[in-house]
Parts: sequence; structure tokens; C-alpha cells
Amino acid sequence: MTTPPAAEPAATPPPEADKERDSSKNKSFGIILRESFLEGNTFTITVLALVTATVLGGILCAFTNATVLHAPTAGAMISRAWDVASGTYVALFQGSVFNPHTVAELFQQASLPTAIHDGYLSAVFQPLSETAVQATPLILTGLAVALPYQAGLFNIGGQGQFIGGAILAAWLGYDLSLPFFVHVVVCVIGGFVGGAVIGWLTGEIKARTGAHEVIVTIMLNYVMQYLLAYLLSSQSLLQAPGSPNPITPPIASNAHLPLIAGSNLRINVGFLIAIGCAFGIWWLLNRTTTGFEFRSVGANSSAARVAGVKVERSWVLVMLIGGGLAGLAGASVIQGTDFTLNPQSYGTYGIDAITVALLGLGRPGGVVAAGLLFGALHAGSPGMQTVTSTPVQIVQVLQALIVMFVAAPPLIRAIFRLRAARASGVSATMSKGWNA
Amino acid sequence: MLLPPDPASSRWGGRFAAPVTYLVFGLVNILVFGLHAHGDAVFAFSPQFAKVSVPNLSLPAVATCFVCGGITIALAIVRLLDVTGRLRLGKVTRRVMIGLVLFLFVIALLAWAYAGQAIPFNVVNLLSGTLNVSIPIMLGALTGVVCSTSGVINIAIEGQLLLGAFCAAIATSVTGSLWLGLVCGALAGSLVAVLLGVFTISYLVDQIVLGVVLNTLVLGLTGYLYNAIMVPYGDTLNNPSTFGPWKVPGLGDIPIIGPVFFDSTVFLYLTYLLLAIVQIGLFRTRWGLRTRAIGEHPLAADTVGIRVIAMRYRNVILAGLIAGIGGAYFTIGSVGAFGPDMSSGEGYIALAAMIFGRYTPFGAIAAALLFGFTTQLQSILSSINVPIQSNLLLLTPYVVTIIVVAGLVGKVRGPRAEGVPFVKS
Repeated sequence: MTTPPAAEPAATPPPEADKERDSSKNKSFGIILRESFLEGNTFTITVLALVTATVLGGILCAFTNATVLHAPTAGAMISRAWDVASGTYVALFQGSVFNPHTVAELFQQASLPTAIHDGYLSAVFQPLSETAVQATPLILTGLAVALPYQAGLFNIGGQGQFIGGAILAAWLGYDLSLPFFVHVVVCVIGGFVGGAVIGWLTGEIKARTGAHEVIVTIMLNYVMQYLLAYLLSSQSLLQAPGSPNPITPPIASNAHLPLIAGSNLRINVGFLIAIGCAFGIWWLLNRTTTGFEFRSVGANSSAARVAGVKVERSWVLVMLIGGGLAGLAGASVIQGTDFTLNPQSYGTYGIDAITVALLGLGRPGGVVAAGLLFGALHAGSPGMQTVTSTPVQIVQVLQALIVMFVAAPPLIRAIFRLRAARASGVSATMSKGWNA
Repeated sequence: MLLPPDPASSRWGGRFAAPVTYLVFGLVNILVFGLHAHGDAVFAFSPQFAKVSVPNLSLPAVATCFVCGGITIALAIVRLLDVTGRLRLGKVTRRVMIGLVLFLFVIALLAWAYAGQAIPFNVVNLLSGTLNVSIPIMLGALTGVVCSTSGVINIAIEGQLLLGAFCAAIATSVTGSLWLGLVCGALAGSLVAVLLGVFTISYLVDQIVLGVVLNTLVLGLTGYLYNAIMVPYGDTLNNPSTFGPWKVPGLGDIPIIGPVFFDSTVFLYLTYLLLAIVQIGLFRTRWGLRTRAIGEHPLAADTVGIRVIAMRYRNVILAGLIAGIGGAYFTIGSVGAFGPDMSSGEGYIALAAMIFGRYTPFGAIAAALLFGFTTQLQSILSSINVPIQSNLLLLTPYVVTIIVVAGLVGKVRGPRAEGVPFVKS
């Protein structure tokens, strides 16, 4: 087993960087701060990647807009392009974080208590609530990618695992009648189990036969997609009785995830579950033996095997937990917002999850931040489309651009003329192929 | 080497998976199809209005299913003897056996489904449909083979297909020239390849990661542009004509073979051509030897003076042209107008076909045809009233892939340096 010599190019810092760091002892704090920024650490790179992606996205929406393209002069074209691009981003912001009009309306009301009672205060927090709601499944599926990633597995199967969880959560939700709290817990556990089964299958197949997990997860995505379509089109299975559409009966109201901030806002306990899971995964990875084994398998599976780690067991376990997290995402959508399962329920979470995990650099805290950012984009996009008639797919373009630039720190350094410095970003942690 | 042996070969699942899988197929043939069939199934071998017609074949359904099941179980026993060491089979024999098991399964399925039907089952329609449906998968898989052999994992095949379809539709609609559309589609495929090359070869981004991200980017971009410019200006930007079928003179009139292989659009003939080019190129030319060298051991290749990075760039970009043509098939080869997410995951299927076909051009094409076959079979069976849910039929190729990748093929070894970026030191 010889490892190719060129396997980890970015792992060792170039000698110049060492020299600079040694000489920095004599410099003032301001200069150190400025240099550490110019060195291009992970934070700087991520921010600049966001800026680059935003600029490119803005250019894209400006120069596909009819009013811009039909501008009479070049000057008018540029000013209109600016209006379109900034308008798009302002609308995205207003739909996902804060809309000043809602505050103005709150204070225009005659008395504050009645205004709060009439829902004007909720309207102020409505964008943030939507961001949290959209972020919930993104964080959970992002964790489902990030955890196996730490053990060296690339889980593209978020979609299949999501469907597995959603099926079980929806079925338990409408078929049982249990008291309020019990029913919620039963369905959430069901969601975890449903996803975990699909994830376990992937891990087991890989551990037993060596089949590559990327292929198996892609195939399982399709299997689950068609299985769901089958279940939803059979009256004796999941389809709502008497309904011509592929949809399950609505789940019992006892199984709805409890709302956190009043009946006007959709933010629910699912968001807290997602944050809790992120913390749990952080704890698992950094504070337990199992987590250490996962990371050692991810760093070098041969070395881990020699050191006595059961590599196959780690693969199975990590996919099982990862699948369970994606299944929880399914449960959070079914019990938190949709309340019924249909073929649109799984959306694009499988692919979005990968971008979330990559932007979060595979770490639980990063996944939460990335999930919130992309959740904000998702929350703001419908409003943006109605206000500026920019199609919602711009969000997907932005997501992909952000991840592309975050994954290529050398490119960002080249664009912004930053000095090459310590290894950072995704490329340093992983550059291995199928055979690794 | 102190490493313990590869656990996959010592576990029971790896060794006995093949005979057990065969046995399951055999039992399904007998117990599911054989016991539920009634009457005769009629197979037709010529298209309607053919010059030379071949007589129909009528088979008693029950007997056919039982015979197919019996042979499959016999094959399972032979494979079991092979596994336990009583018998030695060559690699080729084993693969032929896999093919035979699947073939018998399909025959039993068709005999059961068409037993007692008024319309005969048209074999030619099934086969020619299979070839046409498989075109994007075949071309995508060929792209994957070239990239992987050069040491670059190309997950962005899906994106290449989609952008190829998009650009071919726009170019043909604007210029009115189908051939220009084909060229633009191919170039779009290599544009994605350029991005793949810049990020993975020069900037050393993980290749699997970037491939998935590029797919997302193209999916978002084409979806965005579709809504932003194609919907409002549909007549001028999304109204392409399509290539019509062209029958090869002489060859096209041969019974059965003619209508299946030599009566189709230019895309099928391009597929034959590209398959031949890739196969001969990889295994019979200096370029192929060098390509395989940079995929297996780039450092050694570099030592003898091969410019690894330049060659990887060139191969990835050239291979992108192939997938771009495959993408163009979606619009100007079959449907015409572009629709969002038109490639519907066929790039990922192509990827599976490449691995399934063990990174060889012919293997990849054969695997791609298997996928196309099940899709086509499903669409034909759903037109008669078979008591199988069409969704269950649609998921069979994916289950079969998992079974094959896991049980029958086991660990497929790709090129050694695949996915490992090369840094010249």
C-alpha cells in the first residue's frame, strides 16, 4: 500500500509562511491583524467567497432582465442593472431577515397591545421565523452529509434517507391516535428510524462487499423516490382514501411539532431539534471514543485498521446515524410545515444538504451557520420572485457558486491577491478518490 | 505488509452473493411468473409495414417461465460449484452467466405479461427503443470512462448533459441549423469540463465534491435562464426542430437487425463512432497508453516526460464534447423544446454504468443499455394492462444496479490515481 506522493499538497504550509509567522512577533497588533486577513484564513476566504458569489449572481440577474437588456444607452443599462441586482438582494433580505415596513406598520397602530394581539409584532419576526423553518431540514440533512464526511464517506443519499424518514413519520402520524406529547415523540423517532434504515443499508453494503457508497446512495435515492410514488398511488398503502392525487391523509394534530413563538409564526420545535442534533454530533465527534474512531477512519482508514479500529463497524454506524439525521429532516418537514406527504415533499434537500455540509466545512457548527444562510436564501426567494420577477432558481445558482469558491481557496486568493498561507478550506481536508 | 486481508473477500456475503442472487431470480421466474401465467404469448420480430417480415413466434407462457426458471437455477448451482472450488470458470463465462440470468428473467417476465394479450409483443420496438433511450447514458458513460482513465472523477456528467441540452436548443432555435445546435451542445459539455478542470486540476478541489456542485450550478443556471429568458421568448429561443431518422441504405433493410441498429437519428451513429474512437484510442494508440499512464501512476508518467496536467486538461475537455452531444440528444434529438431538469438524473446513471462496466468503453455501453432497456420495457409494459405498478418497474434497474455492484461484481477497481490531483514538485 503505497500512498501517492502528491496526495495532500495543501497540508504542509510553504516555508515562506513559517518565516513570516516567526518575524511577526515584533510587529504591532494592527499589522498582525491586517496580515492575518491578507494571509487568507478560512474565515476571510469564506467571506470573500460569499462576496464573489453574490457579485456573480447579481450580474446574472441583471443581464438576463428584459428592462436592462432593452436600455437605450450604456449608462442607462448600467444604472438599471444596478437597480435590478440590488433590488433582488434587498427583496431576498426583506423576505429572510427583516423588513422595515413591518416595523412601520406596527407603530402606526393606535395601541401597541392590540397591535401585538392583531399579529403586527409577529409580522416583524415573520422573515426570521421563515428562515429558521427553512433552515431546519437543511441543517439536519447537512449534518447527515457532514458526519459521514468526517469518517471519509460521501453521503449523496440524503434524499433517499429523507424520504425513508418522511414515510415513517407520516404513516405513524396519520395512522395512530396517541396523546399529544407521546405522538410527537413517536413520529420523530419514527422519522429517525426510517432514515437510519436506508443509511444503514448503504453502510452495510459498503462494509460487506466494498461497493462504493456514492453509487449505492445515488441508486437508493431513485429506489426511494419510486417507492414513495408507488406507496402514494396505492389506495391500500399510503394514499389518502378516495383521493385521486398521490398524497397521504393529513397527520393527526397531536403529531404536529409544537410552535415556539405563537400561532402566527411557523417556527417550531424542529428548529430546536436541529440545533440539538448539531450539538450532539459535535459532542459525538469531539468528546467520545466512537467519534475519535470515526475521525481516524476518515483521516486514514488503513492506519485506523492497524490501530485496532473496526473500520467496517464505523462505516455502518456513521451511515446509520447520518441516515437517521436525514430521516429527522423528513419528520421535521412532515410534522412541522407540510402535515402530509406528497411527491414534492423531498424537494431538493438531498443536493442542498451537500452544499450546506461543504460550506460548513464538514463541522457541526459550520453546518448550522451554512444551514441558516441557505435557509435565509430559501425563505427570501418566493418574495423576491413576486417583487422583482427574478426566478427563484437564482438561489440554487448562488448556493453552487458559494460552495465552489469556498472549496477553492487558491482561486479566491488569486482573485483578491491574498498571500498563500496556512492550509484551509475543503481541499486540504480531502483530496482522495474512489479508491481511498 | 502487516495489513489484514481485505475483509470483503472473506465475508460470506461476498462469496455466496452471486449464486444466491441467481437462485432468487430462478425462483421468481417459476413461482411468480410461472404460476400466474395463462395462455400463449406472441412475439413479433418486424416493425409494422416492413419490406421483409419475419413470422411471429408463439410460446406457451407457463412452460416458458418454468424452462427459464429451471435454467436459471441450474446456473445458480454451477456458480455455487465454482464458488466452493469444485469447478473452475473463467471470467468471461461468469459474465456471460450474469447476462444469461438477466435475459431469462426478461423472457419469463414478458411471457407472463403478454400471455393471452391480443397484440403481439414487438421485439424490434423494444430493442430499437432501448438503443435510442440509452443514447445520453451511453455517451455520458463514455465521457466518464475517458475522464476516469485520465485520473479525474467526473460526477459532472449530469451537468454536462443538461447544459448540452440547453445550449443545443437555444442554438438551433436561433440559427435554425441543427448541426450548429449539435456543435453548440458539444461545446457546452466541454465548457462544464473546463470548469471541472480548472477547479480540480489547477485548484485541487476534491473532484467528487466539485462534480456535485457543478451539477447544482448547471441545474440552477438552466432553470433560472429557462424562466428568465426561455419562457418569455419561447418562440425565438426554445423552438428547435429535431433530427429525423435516417435509414442506412442496404443495412437498414436487414430483418430485425436493420430496424434496430441502422434506422435512427444521427445521434445513434455518432455513438457507434465515438465508441469505436474511444475503444481504439484508449487501447491501440500512443495517446491511450499515455492516458492510462497518467490515470494509474502520474508520477511515473511525469518522470518519462508526459505532461500530466496538460494531458488531463485536454482529455477532460475532449470528453466533455461527448457528453455535450449526449445532452443535445434530449432536445434536438428527441423532444425538441428544452425543459428544466430535462436530463432527470441520467448523468448519475451514466456514472453508475461506467463503474458497473468496469471503466471499459464496451462495459460502460453494455451497462448503459441495461438501464435503457428497463426504462423502455417499463414504458412498453405500462401500455398494456400488466398488474405491476409502473413505479415498481421503474425502480428495478436501480435495485439491479445495487445488487450487481454489491453482489455480483464486488469491488470494482478504478484507475489507481483516479481522484487524486497531481502536483508537480
